[in-house]
Amino acid sequence: MAEATPIPGGIGQSIGRKEDARFIRGKGNYVDDVNLPGMLFMDVVRSPYAHAKITGLRKDAALKVPGVLAVITGADLAAAKLAWMPTLMSDTQMVLPTDTVMFQGQEVAAVVGVDRYAAADGVAAVEVDYEPLPVVVDPFKALQPDAPVLRTDKGKKDNHIWHWEVGDKAGTEAALKASAVVVTEKLYIPRIHVSSIETCGCVASVDVSGKLTVWMTTQAPHAIRTVFALVSGLPENNIRIISPDIGGGFGGKVPVYPGYVIAVVAALTTGKPVKWIEDRTGNLTADSFARDYHIEAEIGADKNGKVTALRVKTLADHGYTDAAANPSKFPAGLFHIITGSYPFSKAFVEVDAAYTNKPPGGIAYRCSFRVTEAVFAIERLMDNLAHKMNLDPAELRMRNFIPPEAFPYTSALGWTYDSGNYAGALKKAMDTIGYDALRKEQAEKRKRGELMGIGISSFTEIVGAGPSKTFDILGIKMFDSAEVRIHPTGKVIARFGTKSQGQGHETTYAQILAEELGIPVDGISVEEGDTDTAPYGLGTYASRSTPTAGAAAAVAARKIREKGAKIAAHLLEVSPNDIEWKDHKFQVKGVPEKSKTMADVAFAAYTNHPQGMEAGLEAVDYYDPPNMTYPFGSYICVVDIDKETGQVKVRRFVAIDDCGTIINPMIVDGQIHGGLTMGFAPAMLEEIPYDEQGNSRAPSFLEYLLPTAVETPKWETGKTVTPSPHHPLGAKGVGESATVGAPAAIANAVIDALQPYGVTNIDIPISAHKVWRAIHGADAH
Amino acid sequence: MYPPSFDYYAPTSVDEAVRLLDQHQGEAKVLAGGQSLIGMLKLRLAQPGALIDINRIPDLSYVREDATFLRIGAMTRINELHASDAVKARYGVLFDATAEIADPTVRNWGTVGGNAVHGDPGNDLPACFLALDAEYQAQGPKGSRTIAARKFYTDSFTNVLAPNEIVTEIHVPKAAAGSGSAYSKMERKVGDFATAAVAVTVTLAANGSVAKAGIGLTNVGPTALYAAQASDALVGKTGTATDLGTVGDLAAKAASPVADNRGPVDFKQDMIRVWTRRTVTRAIARAKGGS
Amino acid sequence: MAIDVEEVATGASPNSARVIHVTVNGVTHRSKVDARLLLVHYLRERLRLTGTHIGCDTAHCGACTVLVDGIPAKSCNLLAVMVDGRSVQTVEGLEAGGKLHPVQEGFTKEHGLQCGYCTPGMMMASVALLAKNPNPTEDEIRRGISGNLCRCTGYVNIVKAIQYAGKKMQEAPKGGA
Ligand SMILES: Cc1cc2nc3c(=O)[nH]c(=O)nc-3n(C[C@H](O)[C@H](O)[C@H](O)COP(=O)(O)OP(=O)(O)OC[C@H]3O[C@@H](n4cnc5c(N)ncnc54)[C@H](O)[C@@H]3O)c2cc1C
Ligand code: FES
Ligand code: FES
Repeated sequence: MAEATPIPGGIGQSIGRKEDARFIRGKGNYVDDVNLPGMLFMDVVRSPYAHAKITGLRKDAALKVPGVLAVITGADLAAAKLAWMPTLMSDTQMVLPTDTVMFQGQEVAAVVGVDRYAAADGVAAVEVDYEPLPVVVDPFKALQPDAPVLRTDKGKKDNHIWHWEVGDKAGTEAALKASAVVVTEKLYIPRIHVSSIETCGCVASVDVSGKLTVWMTTQAPHAIRTVFALVSGLPENNIRIISPDIGGGFGGKVPVYPGYVIAVVAALTTGKPVKWIEDRTGNLTADSFARDYHIEAEIGADKNGKVTALRVKTLADHGYTDAAANPSKFPAGLFHIITGSYPFSKAFVEVDAAYTNKPPGGIAYRCSFRVTEAVFAIERLMDNLAHKMNLDPAELRMRNFIPPEAFPYTSALGWTYDSGNYAGALKKAMDTIGYDALRKEQAEKRKRGELMGIGISSFTEIVGAGPSKTFDILGIKMFDSAEVRIHPTGKVIARFGTKSQGQGHETTYAQILAEELGIPVDGISVEEGDTDTAPYGLGTYASRSTPTAGAAAAVAARKIREKGAKIAAHLLEVSPNDIEWKDHKFQVKGVPEKSKTMADVAFAAYTNHPQGMEAGLEAVDYYDPPNMTYPFGSYICVVDIDKETGQVKVRRFVAIDDCGTIINPMIVDGQIHGGLTMGFAPAMLEEIPYDEQGNSRAPSFLEYLLPTAVETPKWETGKTVTPSPHHPLGAKGVGESATVGAPAAIANAVIDALQPYGVTNIDIPISAHKVWRAIHGADAH
Repeated sequence: MYPPSFDYYAPTSVDEAVRLLDQHQGEAKVLAGGQSLIGMLKLRLAQPGALIDINRIPDLSYVREDATFLRIGAMTRINELHASDAVKARYGVLFDATAEIADPTVRNWGTVGGNAVHGDPGNDLPACFLALDAEYQAQGPKGSRTIAARKFYTDSFTNVLAPNEIVTEIHVPKAAAGSGSAYSKMERKVGDFATAAVAVTVTLAANGSVAKAGIGLTNVGPTALYAAQASDALVGKTGTATDLGTVGDLAAKAASPVADNRGPVDFKQDMIRVWTRRTVTRAIARAKGGS
Repeated sequence: MAIDVEEVATGASPNSARVIHVTVNGVTHRSKVDARLLLVHYLRERLRLTGTHIGCDTAHCGACTVLVDGIPAKSCNLLAVMVDGRSVQTVEGLEAGGKLHPVQEGFTKEHGLQCGYCTPGMMMASVALLAKNPNPTEDEIRRGISGNLCRCTGYVNIVKAIQYAGKKMQEAPKGGA
């Protein structure tokens, strides 16, 4: 069969991005760029204490500050029954406190002024009296009987939030007992923060008819609209959420933060538009954190290194409320993907969650619901098993991988993996990096006492939430949508329920439609983020946009083709059964010269459509995926360690990814580069530690260490392609794979380097002093 | 985060600036590059009644080498000092440090005087000036005086400067024949203050042994530190492994770091030991004509 | 050259405000500003040049980078009064006569941006870097942009974008903008 001429900008082409034109000119429209006549500015008073009673709060001095118009407190909100709001996990969260603050940086009051400077002056003038209360920082201590109980407002008698478990407890116990080898490790995955370069904020405005419009940094505008309607009692048609250009999201712009709600209240009370833009310290100390999982994991293997069973016990620190952004039925997210790329026959996972005096959250950090935690644990343990058995970590993985022919494969914990070729990816990574030569070099260096390490991570991800029978957020099913309309001249407007934060949806979705509709990509416009115009959708996070909305685009386009075929038949005066879609055209079967383009058909749809048929050419699809998709890959990292200082240098990092069908290779590579960097960052630099008083020790970029171009390794990337069998295009989603897969490869490389010292773990971030301690401590013995 | 209100003056001579400072009796602060001060204003850690912006005073920005000194105008930007040929050729410690302070953009505005005076123990130039035995020339209402860097720092963000004095120039003793110097900064990432950093200057005698030495330490005490015992111990040595061990140990003893996110106390002390050894080696190599 | 006059200031004491003359992207503005007004807010809110962004409070991210007399500065860490009499270039001033600056072209051709938030600051730093060093190595580029954080791209394609621009600028006949 002759190859069809590719449609300009179709699937598989690295075309330039449509959105760039405005960004490179400084013409993006981010929330802080929104400027309305008479707009006021809101700033927030934050608690210096991690746990304290508010014994007094005086507005007077602040109200005297020139330019200050209003001070909003918890008492004001309580009068409107808005002092509390629900979290996505059906817990409760303060908008503003009426009597107690629960973490350092918590919003205590808000000041509205004529500009930012006036509002800030007002914040400095608000007087608050605090009576410090005992602080609970450590989740293990939080669960002890003598710990102060934090959520007495909920009638709680302890700080335990929930227990969740999955798998075969007794069977796992027995299988571990019967295993020739068992390795156990305690891994702490610390608190980190997504820290998109744009912080969060909004502009809230109410018009004369009472319609509320909120421009806001949100990854999920429709869900936000519904939540606002439910919480405030405003009719949903009187709420319009606009998510303008977003300066990075990574999960941090999924939740509803108190600032948004207060700004809305401020707009309603002052009758003027109100802008709130959070500063970086507010962002780092109060917005949702990610991770904070204390994991104890155990794997067993037979004498040949074939894995047998996996047992995991985890304590999750949720801060003072469970505000995780997980699908409702999964309090620990998709953590049970932890069996990874290996055919464990038995597994058991349990997670307990605790309240502490820390900010709430439990969001993703560029990962699909606790998947990084899972991948990190299993991949770290696999390396430890290899070391314990004196096997090469690559060889151990090769012996164990679920083979390609086993797909669809159902894991011990109940997930059905769609497709995979794990050995293929690892083999490619090993060839690319020159694995055997590196191992030889390492052996020679070891003889000379030099520290070099090689780490592998062969991860399996789970993304694309998700099938509506299991996945919902606050009851709203996790489908996503596309609405595609073809104009008479064959140009297209398409709207989506998702929201790009840099992923390039305006381009990728247009490419899918170009391919499916046979219309050059330049003639296709994509819009997202305005709830008044876009179809309902659950938004963009957890790598779900291509798996869900991307699929919706394809299905909507195919619905259009069905109608188009009838119009083409009418134009070509044949029966619709004689029409086929081929080479991006409607053709009379077997007579390729008799054909109509989509543009011809579109024109006819408005000017000359068949009698009895509705005019117009458009379709909507709400796509409910039949299954999740399971991207995978193999990463190999090489590090050199300065023995005296503990400094780790990533010398090379090869990432082989498989995300199924690739829509735009350039964009996919960009996503992987960024994802790798956000895997490197928590592995080596980022953490938000707290001292015993609950003070954040990383409240700004002075201590919260985002990597610059200098620290960031020079990534080397490659692909294998194993399409998803159930996705209309075979695509799997790629935005997060690298963040999920990279940390374990880096940590494994460091642990590998430190084998001469018998080191089995260093908690991430792997700072120089921890490596120094590992070496130094071992030396002393 | 927004600065509080303040009065603003942009004098065009040092005399005028000093007069303004004097009039405000400790309520005013000098604004140099602003790279530390504006941040403190935004955090409202500093709330001066007035800022005296000295950016408009001509002739405070230069790097000149004469018979006795390398003279650095207080308003010389950190990047300008780095670009000086004299610095590149003969003051390796300054050349190294000016490549590692903050990041390239901050260094465009941050001044040598501001960095020397500010008094954050993490500032990198003070340790260099301690090692170099530099002097700061300060002008006040009663005229000008010079203050040895080694007598300048009293505590974090505190020094012997009177509130109505401005540092106008830094005098670095001219590099003697056979001298070499180096700065090593251990940092977690670009833009970070040092975990530990060491400045070393040496002058070699004809026989190749150290005739004169200075060792300064960054961010391991309330101020930059001059490691006097370590410096003295280096004199007469050639830089053998034993020499380095002795000097490194003494430098580590001089350090009084506090534990923070960068690491615990014993680690930081050991880093001073390690980086002193390495930096002394580099300084000696440079003195012998290496780069 | 257009002159834009405006007087808005809220300062209490007479010395807390000041009239400044600043040339921004070739246009001279005469503005009365509070002494405490940060340059970034002057650009964004007074002149409505919103291409210059804000990403932190501590001068770490570089999203606010502009050129002052050709030299990169973090405009969140300068007072507007400090640029009195100087010339400022922002991202809006890069395109000349309907033609993209080679750096802008490089960023889009090499996919050097994703969310676009760091991009204006990153491009301004790149313009200055190439002016000083027309043919930088990868390591020189990485060091040169180390005052600018990008959370999306992992820097790989930013490096390529700058290399692209460097090449393009060397090929181009001299005498352009
Ligand atoms: C992101 C970032 C990272 C940084 N990292 C580092 C680093 O790693 N190492 C480092 O050394 N520095 C670092 N700095 C600080 C930077 O180098 C500053 O520029 C420097 O400390 C102060 O110089 P300045 O000219 O900006 O002074 P300013 O900020 O203007 O002033 C600082 C203080 O010194 C006083 N002062 C300034 N000049 C004089 C003078 N001539 N006479 C009397 N008093 C004067 C001022 O009144 C003020 O109190 C960093 C800054 C930033 C923003
Ligand atoms: S806003 Fe971050 S450096 Fe200016
Ligand atoms: S492109 Fe998003 S921060 Fe750089």
